[in-house]
Amino acid sequence: MSTLSELPRRGWTLRVERRLTRPRWVQVAVPIFSIILALLAGALIIAFNHVSPWAAYKAMYEGAFGNGYGIAGTFVKMIPLLLAGLGVSIAFRMKLWNIGAEGQLYFGAFLSGGLALFLPNWLPGWPPWLLISIIVAGGMVGGAFWGIIPGFLKAKLEVNEIITTLMMNYIAIYWMDYVVTILWRDPHSLGFPLTPQFERSLWLPRTPGLFFLPANHRVHIGLLFGLVAMVLIWVIMRYSKWGYEIKVIGENSRAAKYAGMNIARNVVLVMALSGALAGLAGVSEILGIIHRLQHQISPGYGYTAIIIAWLAKLNPIAIVLVSFLFGGLLVAGDQIQITMHMPGAISSILQGLILFFVLGGEILSEYKVRFVRREEER
Amino acid sequence: MMQSAFLIATLVAAIRAGTPLLYATVGEIFTERAGILNLGVEGMMLMGAVSAFIAGYHTHSLTIAVLVAMLVGGTMGLLHAFVSVTLRGDQVVSGLALTIFGSGLSAFLGKPYIGQKGIRFIATPIPLLSKIPWLGPIFFQHDVLVYGSFLLIPVAWYWISRTRPGLHLRSVGENPATADVMGIHVAGLRYLYTFIGGALAGLGGATISLAYTPGWIEGMTAGRGWIAVGLVIFAFWDPWKAALGAYLFGGVNSLQFGLQTKGITIPIYFLQMTPYILTIFVLLFASGSRIRRHLGAPAALGTPYVRGERGA
Repeated sequence: MSTLSELPRRGWTLRVERRLTRPRWVQVAVPIFSIILALLAGALIIAFNHVSPWAAYKAMYEGAFGNGYGIAGTFVKMIPLLLAGLGVSIAFRMKLWNIGAEGQLYFGAFLSGGLALFLPNWLPGWPPWLLISIIVAGGMVGGAFWGIIPGFLKAKLEVNEIITTLMMNYIAIYWMDYVVTILWRDPHSLGFPLTPQFERSLWLPRTPGLFFLPANHRVHIGLLFGLVAMVLIWVIMRYSKWGYEIKVIGENSRAAKYAGMNIARNVVLVMALSGALAGLAGVSEILGIIHRLQHQISPGYGYTAIIIAWLAKLNPIAIVLVSFLFGGLLVAGDQIQITMHMPGAISSILQGLILFFVLGGEILSEYKVRFVRREEER
Repeated sequence: MMQSAFLIATLVAAIRAGTPLLYATVGEIFTERAGILNLGVEGMMLMGAVSAFIAGYHTHSLTIAVLVAMLVGGTMGLLHAFVSVTLRGDQVVSGLALTIFGSGLSAFLGKPYIGQKGIRFIATPIPLLSKIPWLGPIFFQHDVLVYGSFLLIPVAWYWISRTRPGLHLRSVGENPATADVMGIHVAGLRYLYTFIGGALAGLGGATISLAYTPGWIEGMTAGRGWIAVGLVIFAFWDPWKAALGAYLFGGVNSLQFGLQTKGITIPIYFLQMTPYILTIFVLLFASGSRIRRHLGAPAALGTPYVRGERGA
């Protein structure tokens, strides 16, 4: 039990005490309450913009979940979020702050995009499913490569991975700009920075039309990749020796070292897997939705993935749920931009607010905060 | 003659481009010296940039615009301080939240102002000094914000390493338990310096939207906040080296345009990449926990202080 006085104040003071036990209702109620508070804070910002928050939230909900088109759109956005979210979650398990999913996604897209453009010429007559498999693997290799670099720097030279992964995001995005404006630009694109479209046979197949999806939905089998990855990570973390090592290193790297675990090797491996999943997000986005390379592949999926992983407490099953909700949030942001002429940035405001309030609430549920008289202290 | 004109122009541009970075970096040095890692610099800079532009647009006062930006940045810093000091939350997550929130909110608030013409700082050459050959045009023909950053460097250095409050600041970042025993208000100082760091990041943002590239564009800081976080390590938590780093980055940034006008055609994308590649290289040489300890990383950086509990 410890006490701490904060905020110099006469008479009353804020005191934070660690709870010895955390009642179950607290564990459930706090995140829900935090999200409600975040939505209320968001409502204030919306109201500040002279729009009724109620109307805006209603439009957002209906845009994302209200009909088949909305739900299909939500699934489409969920795919890269799920894959990248799973990717960062495995790094976070080891307390490796991989902020670079965005760059890993772009580099995966670059490598697989190159394969998709040139493989049909190099390997004429090969069945599309085999080509697609090679391209998808290429995307994962690209992402893994982009993750291994900061992983290696961290493992060998103790270079702070937060900064390196982040800097590499910018490098990958500028690289993509170079690729689409100069290296592989479509000569018939009328000056637009685009590569030629991939052959139709290489597009990822759509998922079977589920009952609630409209006939022309764009949900592709990238969703399946995401679910498989979820199961895989769940199994790795729960049943494998490697998963156990990742957990131990994350909890207490000193103990892991004394137990003879090779931390440097694990740092590189985990960054490779983390990057590969982000790269998979990139390749499913270009093969499933965009069908070419262009300036923007992702509107920041790699960053949103960080929030998702954290909100889901790195639990793979929860990541599926949270990325569905956040996919909806992105669709909702686009929707109110169209229907209510509000800036779509409201969805990233809400993301930030939710993260803040849940972070705050998380700690509040671990600690009791009380106002106490100064005299009571000590 | 042509050569020296090009050199002077490049150095002038380096200082102009480096100034926003310098403000944000010195701000983060203050914050980290107090033991708080704030990764929200990018968000605070963006909010500083947008709020300065909006305030200037409506009040036509540069002073008010700058003060508003500093206040907004500082307030965001306080939010981070509340999470990391009072609630003892994860500083990495909180800083990320601040950046995501700041970039969203700035885009939201700034939407109506994209493409609008606001007020801006103009160069005010300093009499006499600006007439000195070489030095005059390089250092003394700038706007007030640049001169302010010239002043900030020695003041910040003197404050941190030569004054009593600076000693308290360092003790809070190095060994909060000892500082606490000596009667220093650990939490209070951490709040204060996180506020100051935020205010300076806000000022850095204002420098972009009011002087460097006047106007408001979504995401106009373009990762400078993150570069500033890297520069703090590059500078070994020292304001003088921060100035060196900031101008180096500014120079690379401005060289892009200089080279283009000289007809040297490297695809612009590679030039745009260089600051980010440079940051990674800088970290390569400034990393390693033993080296970092030796070079002045605050020992308690990123760890909350709880009276009576042993730190990690």
